[in-house]
Amino acid sequence: MELLRFATAGSVDDGKSTLIGRLLYDTKSIFEDQLESIERTSRDRGDEQTNLALLTDGLRAEREQGITIDVAYRYFATPKRKFIIADTPGHIQYTRNMVTGASTANLALILVDARNGLVEQSRRHAFIASLLRVPHLVLCVNKMDLVDYDEEVFNRIKNEFRQFATKLDIGDLTFIPVSALHGDNIVHRSENMPWYDGSSLLHHLEEVHIASDRNLIDARFPVQYVIRPQAQTNHALHDYRGYAGTVAGGVFKPGDDVVVLPSGLQTRIEAIDTARGPVDEAFPPMSVTIRLADDVDVSRGDMICRPHNQPRVTQDVDAMVCWLSQDVELRERSMFAVKQTTRTARAQVRELDYRIDVNTLHRDETADSLSLNEIGRIRLRTTQPLFIDEYRRNRTTGSFLLIDEASGATVGAGMLL
Amino acid sequence: MPTSPQTYELSHLEALEAESIHVIREVAAEFERPVLLFSGGKDSVIMLHLAAKAFTPARIPFPVMHVDTGHNFPEVLAFRDSTVEKLGVRLVVASVEESIEKGRVRERPDGIRNPLQTVTLLDAIQDNQFDAVFGGARRDEEKARAKERVFSFRDEFGQWDPKNQRPELWSLYNGRHHKGEHIRVFPLSNWTELDVWQYLAQEQIDLPSIYFAHQREVFRRDNMWYAVSHLTQPREGEEVATLTVRYRTVGDIPVTGAVESTAASYDDVIAETAATRMTERGATRGDDRLSEAAMEDRKREGYF
Repeated sequence: MELLRFATAGSVDDGKSTLIGRLLYDTKSIFEDQLESIERTSRDRGDEQTNLALLTDGLRAEREQGITIDVAYRYFATPKRKFIIADTPGHIQYTRNMVTGASTANLALILVDARNGLVEQSRRHAFIASLLRVPHLVLCVNKMDLVDYDEEVFNRIKNEFRQFATKLDIGDLTFIPVSALHGDNIVHRSENMPWYDGSSLLHHLEEVHIASDRNLIDARFPVQYVIRPQAQTNHALHDYRGYAGTVAGGVFKPGDDVVVLPSGLQTRIEAIDTARGPVDEAFPPMSVTIRLADDVDVSRGDMICRPHNQPRVTQDVDAMVCWLSQDVELRERSMFAVKQTTRTARAQVRELDYRIDVNTLHRDETADSLSLNEIGRIRLRTTQPLFIDEYRRNRTTGSFLLIDEASGATVGAGMLL
Repeated sequence: MPTSPQTYELSHLEALEAESIHVIREVAAEFERPVLLFSGGKDSVIMLHLAAKAFTPARIPFPVMHVDTGHNFPEVLAFRDSTVEKLGVRLVVASVEESIEKGRVRERPDGIRNPLQTVTLLDAIQDNQFDAVFGGARRDEEKARAKERVFSFRDEFGQWDPKNQRPELWSLYNGRHHKGEHIRVFPLSNWTELDVWQYLAQEQIDLPSIYFAHQREVFRRDNMWYAVSHLTQPREGEEVATLTVRYRTVGDIPVTGAVESTAASYDDVIAETAATRMTERGATRGDDRLSEAAMEDRKREGYF
């Protein structure tokens, strides 16, 4: 059974919680005691009907204020797939949560209210999904029941979104008309919309092809940890030296010629060990231990790749960065710690090329800072070389964090260009 | 086109396993003094199993710690000791009993020690200067936990601030902290109860016997079956019955309820778990029923 991670985004009151509640409920993933508990709370608060949002709003402050303030993770499974939902709040001040949820998602699900059509937030969510290169995007036009299941309304929103999407980089785009409240096109195809000939939402989630979204071409193995048992008494293990890590791209096989960065030393893969014993092939996102034929010096932060397909080795990087901090701003000449794959260095902001308006996509080249939830293009100079790929080619070797050295807080999320 | 192309797909259990091992190795690489909380409960058993796999053929490069309330099931303590010995890891026992003797905490009037563990845990973290503490909590367990990061920052008082958590993106984990602060790490964040059982079965991992159906003297209180023991006696009007039960979670005897079950094997438990209509904590934990935010409040103070 395959695992699919998807992020949901929507603006206030477009029925996102109801939709998630519906998916969980119809796949029997809500438990009786959970339902009882939210029924009780809904009653106590005087809600007219059971508020399914309470299922995901887990923090006291969220229940008190009736808003979602943080990403919540939810889990459900069908006989075909296991799903992890990153449910991200929609309102403007929490853009950083959508970035977080989208960073690991195979698919982004954006909701719009059929009565309102596209709003500023829908465009922002679509932009973030494309910036984070979520491979599949689903636009659910919700509350179709409130527009008499009218095909025209659906088509109008669809066309408007398509037009906007030409400015973005979206691989696979799907439109589904739904009513989360009544269950239309959620689990089963709805009889209320015979004009719609696509899949129900759940069917789409079960069937969308995600295996080829990974980069299986450029072999990349950032060394995470060196395993040396140094068992004096066990001769078989005495000389064992394995390089543990998670495959970030491509396929590795025993016998492959490889090069280790930054040393540039070439050797061969002797064996690949895993939790389940040796394997013939390792591919992303497997966690494995690679043994090399020659005794070369390799440590955490090094990268194993193929001699004729290497990442860029550079101290000058261009990136799109989303700012996540309320306390610290990004300005030219600011210094941060940078974390990229298993490497850590320091970096100075050399240039802020522009700040992008996430609603209009307008580039403001006069901007001299980025603050919370703002997105811009920057140039960094790092204290050590990084081994990088374009984010569009590899989400693992193409992404990095900026960390405030004083507080230790994560302040920026970067995507390499 | 070849007739059967290699699709390079991982099963959901393989994907979860890979993610957990990545997290565990990341901690071993970046922290000076990690420790893994091991209670003998099924989640910590899996976590320890994954830690062993992450560093094989070397030994696990950090100790394990048990916060012993003195109210544990004897079967679970025996299991804890034999597992630790088999893996050759060092066991640190932090004792709530000792915390009470030293006057660090006071026994509650109801005798329930579960909430007292926080002080013992934080003292032990400080005494041993642990900077990363692995916990087996899962996000599907409880709604406050659904909001917690894999790397969860704790201040010098061990407190969790749910409104001020570090964003966690891709597979990049930020473990920065100052001296005296620490990071709680939850490698099983994305596992569900069903995943746990499927994995236990797949890997044939040993568990304490009380997870499987057995005969036990129990009495009914607050809609749960509690074991008759030296710590828990039925009150007047609470009838004792001998039933076939098992435990879905393993906590302190006074707050952990048994469920009626004839599930005696992994497969039985998987079938039961797939069909259940109650969450594991709802079905078995008296301590979580205190209030809507009981877990959040305890976690803020530094609880697991």
